[in-house]
Amino acid sequence: MMRTPLSRIRGLGAAHHGTEHFWLQRLTAAANVLLLVVLIGIVVTLVGRSHATVIATLSKPLVSVLLVAAMISVAIHMRIGMQVIIEDYVHSPLRKVALLMLNTFFAWGVGLACIFAVLKISFGP
Amino acid sequence: MSETSARPRPVSPHLTIYRLTWTMAMSIVHRITGAALYFGTLLLAWWLVAAATGAKYFDTANAFFGSWFGQLILLGYTWALVHHMLGGIRHFIWDTGRGYGPERQTLARMTLIGSVSITILLWALALVLRS
Repeated sequence: MMRTPLSRIRGLGAAHHGTEHFWLQRLTAAANVLLLVVLIGIVVTLVGRSHATVIATLSKPLVSVLLVAAMISVAIHMRIGMQVIIEDYVHSPLRKVALLMLNTFFAWGVGLACIFAVLKISFGP
Repeated sequence: MSETSARPRPVSPHLTIYRLTWTMAMSIVHRITGAALYFGTLLLAWWLVAAATGAKYFDTANAFFGSWFGQLILLGYTWALVHHMLGGIRHFIWDTGRGYGPERQTLARMTLIGSVSITILLWALALVLRS
């Protein structure tokens, strides 16, 4: 197919999604590096601690916000990362669509479970 | 023409025809650790939900994470996370247009050495803080 000047300046290419996927992967990757370094630091200090201590730490507003932000970024990164794996290895159209759907459910499900848990801890029983 | 078209088109992954190299191995490991982390997030979700549920259920989850099997999984999880993170940073270096020369080999090796060292360091730190 011929590239029209309009399609060229829109820069969307053959997949019609342009660099959106690539950019989202890098954006969430950068966010993950920053947020997960903090998260790893928090988890390392909480190893073997009592429930009360863990709740006290996780319910601090700054920790809660960082955790929720991390889970949003992680869930998006997970979804688009697994999407690429599915698109690479699953060639049957029906199975591919089903797996892509499951992938989205899984990423949202895990993300929402984590975020809900953090908010529940933060706002108290 | 009919002879060549009868042969099925090659589909990914076509690993069998290549000799394994460092850069190739690290690329594969990056994808495998990514997939492992994908499912490993369930552990984080379980830990957070357990903490939100109450002290009793939290102790159940902690008992699993404290067992030898749980510790083994967490050790693998830590390494996968650090390795995937360093692999991602390597991708950021490539995104700037750098790191495509012979230094690719060094970068690939550094990713593995770095991930193993940082994992050991983090676990040592957790042990020190715990006692």
